[in-house]
Amino acid sequence: MNRALAVTLGRHKRELPPAAALIAVLLAVLVAAPAFFGASNLRDLALNNAPVLIVSLGMTLVILVGEIDISVGSQFAVCSVVAGLLSKAGVPIALVPMVVLLVGAAMGALNGFLVGTLGLPSIIVTLAMLVAWRDALRWATEGAWVQDLPSDFQWFGLAPAAAQTLIIVVAIVVLMLGAWALRNLQLGRSLYAVGSDEEAARLAGIEPKRVLFGVFTVTGALVGLAAMLNAVRFNAVPSNAGLGLELTAVAAVVVGGTAITGGRGSMLGTLIGVLLLGTIGTAMTYVGISPFWAKAIQGLIILAALVADAALARFERHGSLFGRRAAAAR
Amino acid sequence: MSQVVLRATDVTKAYAGVQALERASLELCAGEVHALVGENGAGKSTLIKILTGAVQPDSGEISFDGERLARLTPASAKALGIAAIYQQPALFGELTVAENIALGIERTGRWGRVDWRARHRRAEELLGRVGARIDAEIDAGELSMPQQQLVEIARALGADARVLILDEPTASLSKEDTDNLFRVVRELREQGVGMIYISHRLEELPVIADRVTVLRDGNTIGTRDMGDVNREQLIGMMVGRELATVFPKRTVPLGDTVLELRGVGCKASGVSGIDLTVRAGEIVGLSGLVGAGRSELARTIFGLTPADRGEMFVRGQRVRIGSPADAVARGIAYVPEDRRRHGVVLEMPVSENVTLAALGNLSRFGALDFRRERELAADYTRRLGVKTASIRSLVSTLSGGNQQKVALSRWLLTKPTLLVLDEPTQGIDVGAKSEIHELMMELAEQGVAILMISSELPEILGMSDRIAVMHGGTIVSVLDRAEATPERVLARALGERTSEFQALVAAGAGPR
Repeated sequence: MNRALAVTLGRHKRELPPAAALIAVLLAVLVAAPAFFGASNLRDLALNNAPVLIVSLGMTLVILVGEIDISVGSQFAVCSVVAGLLSKAGVPIALVPMVVLLVGAAMGALNGFLVGTLGLPSIIVTLAMLVAWRDALRWATEGAWVQDLPSDFQWFGLAPAAAQTLIIVVAIVVLMLGAWALRNLQLGRSLYAVGSDEEAARLAGIEPKRVLFGVFTVTGALVGLAAMLNAVRFNAVPSNAGLGLELTAVAAVVVGGTAITGGRGSMLGTLIGVLLLGTIGTAMTYVGISPFWAKAIQGLIILAALVADAALARFERHGSLFGRRAAAAR
Repeated sequence: MSQVVLRATDVTKAYAGVQALERASLELCAGEVHALVGENGAGKSTLIKILTGAVQPDSGEISFDGERLARLTPASAKALGIAAIYQQPALFGELTVAENIALGIERTGRWGRVDWRARHRRAEELLGRVGARIDAEIDAGELSMPQQQLVEIARALGADARVLILDEPTASLSKEDTDNLFRVVRELREQGVGMIYISHRLEELPVIADRVTVLRDGNTIGTRDMGDVNREQLIGMMVGRELATVFPKRTVPLGDTVLELRGVGCKASGVSGIDLTVRAGEIVGLSGLVGAGRSELARTIFGLTPADRGEMFVRGQRVRIGSPADAVARGIAYVPEDRRRHGVVLEMPVSENVTLAALGNLSRFGALDFRRERELAADYTRRLGVKTASIRSLVSTLSGGNQQKVALSRWLLTKPTLLVLDEPTQGIDVGAKSEIHELMMELAEQGVAILMISSELPEILGMSDRIAVMHGGTIVSVLDRAEATPERVLARALGERTSEFQALVAAGAGPR
């Protein structure tokens, strides 16, 4: 094998199993239901999954530092409603995304403050935020959708085709920027160090508190961006947007080969995870399996990913899948 | 003296190639208090772990009541009546004293039903045997440390202990609590319990012990009747080894003062009143027993537990170091003791570990320069002789000595002015050891100030220009290289507590 290829494969060995699974699913669909690959279906899939991808990229950062953020779905709803209300209040559509991004970042920063600065456990903090934002929103909107939006809200007032391209391009740009930053920036490296061993990172002069704060804030901003891109696809904003989004995002990250304990994983893996989970539901309908099975199958995929990860780790450590021979011999 | 209960003969044990016990033997009689002494790392803890079944010896023989034991496990040790009590009591704070005593020793009724009245009676009776006036129904967490110790002893008696191992029981006791503990120990001796008594307080041994065994470098040096040895002879037995290793010590002209501490203290970590200077090119050894506050002082200097008293100067400038990031910014580097845990990031490649503390210098406009990273990592791993398959290998695949070199190279890359090393050669093989010593010397010649913590007296004596000895959280003595001898350093590390124990002896509390 070509040496450069070998190095690339070695660096991405965590992404290989989900990539193989994705290819297998796509091949199966290609044989069973080629109609799946129609242009309009693919575009719908991309549009549906672009916001999910952006949120999942943020979740990747959070999980890489060894934390979790299950409040992203509620943040998503708040950002969506804020976008609608701003637009309705007459704020120019060019300004709305920036404000929504800031709102998302502010909610993320609050998580970052509680988890990073105060050192509270992220699972509890974000569980509390999940409930708090969701119910605050329910109280404020009384469950009503934001309707009668100005005409320049949907598709940013652009031609639908142009706006759709824009949404997909933004998602791809965020993905590439994120992947580049994670690998090339000092902050990206610090993130892996904190996720691998927080105390060791601290001893190397990195400030884990700041890293955590930054990660949650960036994730909040990404949630804001995703909410914005999602909201403009319709002419009304539902007040229950993003319900269950946190589960999808965590699942995509884990399926994509990022270790739930932190320190290992990549943006590329998350892309694969989003594609795998995003296509399998639609693919199943095309193949003729009841869509009611979709969630159950997704659950199985997540479980399979976790088992595969544990098996891989065990294999690397002990040289066998079940025994402890190598460890005992040492 | 009565018959032998427990005997260990020529016990050996190695951990990952490091010999913890070479030829250790110990004989304990019923109704005897047998002191076990030795420097840090002499093998006392390993021997105790073997005698309680926690660790299996590589070779050697252990017999109980004259019968050879094929295999000693924690369960069989307990069944034989071997119990150990450690410096830090291990009671369940949320359970009552009676519940703690009952744990694991109590017989229950059908279906595991608890007879609360019987439990209470039993607890009171056992507490009575150790002479403790403690309410059996309060939570153990509410008791003071010495009281908890007594509860542990009561529990051991409840399990019909015939051998009781006391690991530094008086290390943090006041004189009054020590007296009380000694009274209990004497009563247990009358009842025929054999006790192994580990202590760094040599002064108290004549007061409490019948015999003493000295361990050194994993070997039993000898067993003496307590009446036949004095403190100086004991210290001689503990340190009396020739300096087998040759240290690459060279004289370096000293430069300006790099670090100066004036009355530095930290409440949280228990160090106080620290006065210390380290000059450019100088190696200052920090000696002391485990728990004397050496690592705590290092952590305070590095900002992990920031100082809350005193003044700290780096290169003559007054500084406040509130975090490791502050310390790094001032040119301070710190290689911690438990390198396997935090000195390196095990699941990251060698190259990324080497550059982790110097990422700022490696970036151009915030972006990392991977080529430079590879060059630097390759350069430093070669200069330090790190044996690794590739700089892309995970650090977890390296041996201990090579991990330590990776930890060191990380800091050399930051070009520190002060290097703080905590046990730099602990648990690594001889070859890597002398390479690290040579490296320290080269750094000193380049003008780096080095503060080295070590529990190995030969290393302290062989490498240091000056030796600061710590005891009880403060520096009790600073010795120049010329005046430092193993005996002097150890005597100061053991603390000058002689007077109060002489008073004890004078009061007629002698062993017999």
